Amino acid sequence: MEFDLFPLWISLKTALTATLITVLAGITLAYWMVYGGNNNRLKRVKELVDLLVILPMVLPPTVVGFLLLLIFGRNGLVGELLYRVGVTVVFSWPATVIAATVVAVPLMYRTTRGAFEQIDGNIIEAAKVLGAPNWYLFFRVVLPVSLPGIGAGIILSFARALGEFGATIMLAGNIPGKTQTIPLAIFLAVESGHMEKAYLWVAVVLVISVGAILGMNYWTKRQYLFKGF
Amino acid sequence: MELEVDITKQLKDFTLRQRFKLAKETLGFLGASGSGKSMTLKCIAGLVTPDEGRIVLNGRVLFDSRQGINLPIQQRRVGLLFQNYALFPNLTVKENIAFGLRGLPKKEREERTERIMALLGIAGIRNSYPRQISGGEQQRAALARTLVTEPECLLLDEPFSALDNHIRSRLEQQLLEIIAGYQGPVVFVTHNLKECYRLSRQIMIIHQGEAVAYGSRDEVFDRPQRVEAARLTGCKNISRMELVTPRRVKALDWGLELELLEEAEPGQGYLGIREHRLRLVEDPNLPNTFPAWVDQVRETPFDVSLVLRLGEDREEAGSCQPLQLTLSKEDYETVKARPCPWWLQLRPEHLFLME
Repeated sequence: MEFDLFPLWISLKTALTATLITVLAGITLAYWMVYGGNNNRLKRVKELVDLLVILPMVLPPTVVGFLLLLIFGRNGLVGELLYRVGVTVVFSWPATVIAATVVAVPLMYRTTRGAFEQIDGNIIEAAKVLGAPNWYLFFRVVLPVSLPGIGAGIILSFARALGEFGATIMLAGNIPGKTQTIPLAIFLAVESGHMEKAYLWVAVVLVISVGAILGMNYWTKRQYLFKGF
Repeated sequence: MELEVDITKQLKDFTLRQRFKLAKETLGFLGASGSGKSMTLKCIAGLVTPDEGRIVLNGRVLFDSRQGINLPIQQRRVGLLFQNYALFPNLTVKENIAFGLRGLPKKEREERTERIMALLGIAGIRNSYPRQISGGEQQRAALARTLVTEPECLLLDEPFSALDNHIRSRLEQQLLEIIAGYQGPVVFVTHNLKECYRLSRQIMIIHQGEAVAYGSRDEVFDRPQRVEAARLTGCKNISRMELVTPRRVKALDWGLELELLEEAEPGQGYLGIREHRLRLVEDPNLPNTFPAWVDQVRETPFDVSLVLRLGEDREEAGSCQPLQLTLSKEDYETVKARPCPWWLQLRPEHLFLME
């Protein structure tokens, strides 16, 4: 049997990159939503952003992929701009990252936002009265206090990014050695009758996913012990 | 050290109007929950922006709507103790206390943290997390966290409401000592009458966002100027009144005519007397003395509250509002044996008139 490890490598690279972007974007978005002021005009903007960010979570992945094609395709809003500077997104490796990120961000954003919203507003105010600038407040209090939630968000996002199929195949295609991630490899293997190959990849995914869940449980348990829930 | 506040803010149900000036002394805010007490503290700390007015602390303008000044919370140098203490759950007691000393060199930070912990007797729990220590310890940790930053005024929002009754009085004593050593204005918010009286020399009674009484605590408790103030300071005996002559009024709710020591002023429509000022006497010919019938007797461990109805006979007495008086157990024993009706005296010097 011919078995190359490219899909594993691409999958890990894609999932890790996407998770990194997702974590930064999710936390920033959640922070802005919860602590970024609350006048009436801003409220509207926030509702709109919330809707846009959450949307990929409820849409079928193929529809997300289709919409991404519209945006990043050569005639798309962003795609055309990128094409002018010589960058083609569609059917390239970055496309797998974009697809995975777009579907993972809602998970990260929702869990982090939930964690932020649970923080007692008084401790935020107390920190400010004590003279703490926002960045200090964020890194010294907000982030550590919401770590269990954020940890859960990271694992969920990673799992979602790793398993992304529909949007990836629409935007990045299924190019072996370039955009073919493990889920795509499994699909191709089954379709072409290479069951033993499919078994192997399924086993690999199981190992990674179970590992991620165990990691999350260990993490939250440690956090809960420390915070005494 | 001086705190000057003159602000208004439109709230949902009423307009908050606050105006006071405070030197190195303690001002107690007394009022029902939702009367605007805590909101005033938040305005001073900068957590809430008033609609109009001015807040000045030691000559520094913290807020001035006319000049467009609204100093950020972080720069106000105000100490605020939250009702639930708001300790950071992820930091130890010591880290909590050092939180506000971020900009200082490590050595000074260490020294100041240690000094305040020793002063408040919490050095032994320095490495504990807030959830591991008692309510009283949390209160002291929060207080230490505030005091260590050397704030120019101290705002205490219901500091005892999160504690059990039996440790309150001990902690009250400790807080009094700490406040006595503090060199600046202190504003103390509570809805507990006795606590307010014990902790503050100056008292402001707040009702629907407005001060209905403001002055030294004895003035406020003995001679409330407005009926809301009398109610909020726990006066049980209040009646509407009508003038008969300048020195004589009819207490409409009690159905009595009473002599006054001084003439009533225009605008005054109520009179009151504190429950411990009422006297049960044996001579029916004393001024303002009336036959009284016992309606209810309520005993507490140390004193007795009597609810009395006044009138020539029981039936007539039933139609008017009762008066309440409090006696020590011993006094109650001596009057208990007297035949009915008893004679109740509302001494003119203890009656006060209110708007």
